[in-house]
Amino acid sequence: MEIHRYEKIWFGVAVLLIVAFIGTVAYGAVGAGIEMVDDDGGTIDPNNLSDHERFGDTGVHQVGDGEFEVNMIAVHPSFIPNDIEIPEGSTVTFYMTASDVTHGFNIAGTNVNSMIIPGQITEITVEFDESGTYGFVCHEYCGSLHHEMEGQIQVVPEDEFGGDA
Amino acid sequence: MGVFAHEYPNEAGIVRAALASSFVALLLGGVMGLIQALHRTGYVQVIDDSTYYTVLTLHGVSLAILFSIFFLVGFFQWAVTDSLDRPSEDIRFTKLWYALMVLGSIMAAVPILGGFIDQTEISADVLFTFYAPLEAHPLFYAGLAVFIIGTWLAGIDWFRSWWAWKQKNRGEKTPLRTFMVLTTMLMWYLASAGVAIAVIFFLLPWQLGLVGGVNPLLTRTLFWFFGHPVVYFWLMPVYMMWYVILPKLAGGRLFSDPLARIVFVLFLVLSVPTGIHHQYVDPGISEGFKFLAMTNTMFLLLPSLLTAFTVVASIEHGARQRGGSGYFRWLTDLPWNRPAFTGMALAALMFAAAGFSGMVNAGMNFNYLVHNTLWIVGHFHLTVGTAVALSFMASTYWFLPKITGHKVFSKRLGLVQVVVWFIGMVFMSNAMHRIGLAGEPRRTADPFYDGVTFETSLGTISELHAQIALGSVLLVVSLLLFAAHILLSWFNFADKDAPTPDTIPPALSGPEHAPAVLENFRLWTAIAIGLILLTYTLPIAAIVSGNGWFGPVTTFIGDTSSFLTGLFHAVFGVIP
Repeated sequence: MEIHRYEKIWFGVAVLLIVAFIGTVAYGAVGAGIEMVDDDGGTIDPNNLSDHERFGDTGVHQVGDGEFEVNMIAVHPSFIPNDIEIPEGSTVTFYMTASDVTHGFNIAGTNVNSMIIPGQITEITVEFDESGTYGFVCHEYCGSLHHEMEGQIQVVPEDEFGGDA
Repeated sequence: MGVFAHEYPNEAGIVRAALASSFVALLLGGVMGLIQALHRTGYVQVIDDSTYYTVLTLHGVSLAILFSIFFLVGFFQWAVTDSLDRPSEDIRFTKLWYALMVLGSIMAAVPILGGFIDQTEISADVLFTFYAPLEAHPLFYAGLAVFIIGTWLAGIDWFRSWWAWKQKNRGEKTPLRTFMVLTTMLMWYLASAGVAIAVIFFLLPWQLGLVGGVNPLLTRTLFWFFGHPVVYFWLMPVYMMWYVILPKLAGGRLFSDPLARIVFVLFLVLSVPTGIHHQYVDPGISEGFKFLAMTNTMFLLLPSLLTAFTVVASIEHGARQRGGSGYFRWLTDLPWNRPAFTGMALAALMFAAAGFSGMVNAGMNFNYLVHNTLWIVGHFHLTVGTAVALSFMASTYWFLPKITGHKVFSKRLGLVQVVVWFIGMVFMSNAMHRIGLAGEPRRTADPFYDGVTFETSLGTISELHAQIALGSVLLVVSLLLFAAHILLSWFNFADKDAPTPDTIPPALSGPEHAPAVLENFRLWTAIAIGLILLTYTLPIAAIVSGNGWFGPVTTFIGDTSSFLTGLFHAVFGVIP
């Protein structure tokens, strides 16, 4: 088979480009330590959420100095809880599951983005370094009121924080 | 060779019927798209917010499944019959698969349309992805299954033709177009198995009460097993057009026949084990499996990058045959007055842009910024919405005379139509990408929230909404022009002559240079299956061991046996 010289060059450049793409992502995962959503959260019976140690007790919990956990249930068309207050500089781990259908979770304009699937627990950790209000939405169609499913995270300066600290 | 419509009247009849079905779905789906775009941007709201999701389901299913696949089967039927130069082995079988596809479409459409009627309980507002435990009426799933079985029979029909041809032409290379059809169909058999298994073994039994529940992550994974390669199913006929028709229209010929074959083999091998890249942000799937899917996806860039080279090289060759010269001046020597050429060239240009936004989506870490935002919608309106849809429409101007037996109504009208589509899509898709970066979600009737605002780095959200609305209006104008043009041409209002018979010129580097191993379909299919097993066995085992075949249970073995018992009862009618 005859392959033109330009075609060979193009082929080489294309393979190089692909390897470079994979390389940058691999570096991001291993070198820079970017964690992805994976199976760490474990599984759960969506019909018995109230019996679960975590989801029987939804809401915000402080677990250490500047460390919080949010146990959240998504059920059309609400997030429980949907109003979260934490102090500036906190590290927050979200544990999320759904009791009805598949939902999504995205803090608008950020890369905090995941699916919430019945039977699975989504676990993501986020650092909130700047105070302000962060809105989040459900980004997977979940029923006729899907577009009303939203919530807010209030990140307040440490001295104004009135939670259970 | 004469005109296809006269040489193979029966086959031409099937091709016409398939195209007609395709265009009905295109028009319906396109109008639904306009309603959505104007609704979610807040300009014109003729429906309730809750009806938006019925409209969206109809839009997705009509365009992504019906328009694209009906066109594909019509085009492939022509490609096989014409390139092998032999009629269908049994035209009744050909009619059977077409009839099954129509039946399946109607079965799926009835419950979707039921969503518009408040008095009925029947509905299927589950969108194109039908993620369980969202529930549609069982007829919806059954219709999808019947439709897919129709496409499987179509593939068998074409393999039969090829087999019969091979008996008479021993030692010859399979004609390029048939080679492309067969590799595409092999890929399709592998890919559609995922959705068929999801529907037949999980969704229908769940709905009919044969099993206790459903494992949402499992059926979702099976959906994407099909849901990504289906985009190549739409794309491969377009690649055939770009390889076979576009160079000819440019006045030249394909650069390299063997390389075109390699590209199709690469698609067969790599298309399916990529679906998990739609699930980068899913819980329950470990990072390693996601990384593997990403690696496969990135390597799929290779056939597309090779195609970019070959297509541009072939077009340049054509321009130089027409007297073109210089580094870029040859561009002016291309037949820009022909809608088929201009439409396909613009579609290819848009596809290059789509490739770049696709690379972003494919990157596991970038994906976090764009997953389920309008960025994704912007991306696939460049791929399926332009690379595929515009190429299909544009090629119709070249293709239709072959199957109706007379020329199309007006070249100039066709030219206006394809250019309006391109401009409309530039507005809509660009704005969707940008607004997606700001975080506006896809699939929502009303992206104006009480407590959430989206901020763009450049311009304002309302400007971008205006561009989306404007783009969608232009796209539907283009669509109406297309529909009118097809009607005028189909019934030959302008009383046009028969087209001058033409043939597709052989490639510069012909099939005789292709290594024999390329014809070994068994080998490539086996490699494809191997890669699929490698990519999917462990994730699916993990999903099932975590949450059962049919929802939460404790053991893999126990659940498997209860599944088999349930199946046994279902098959033999012994209801416990």
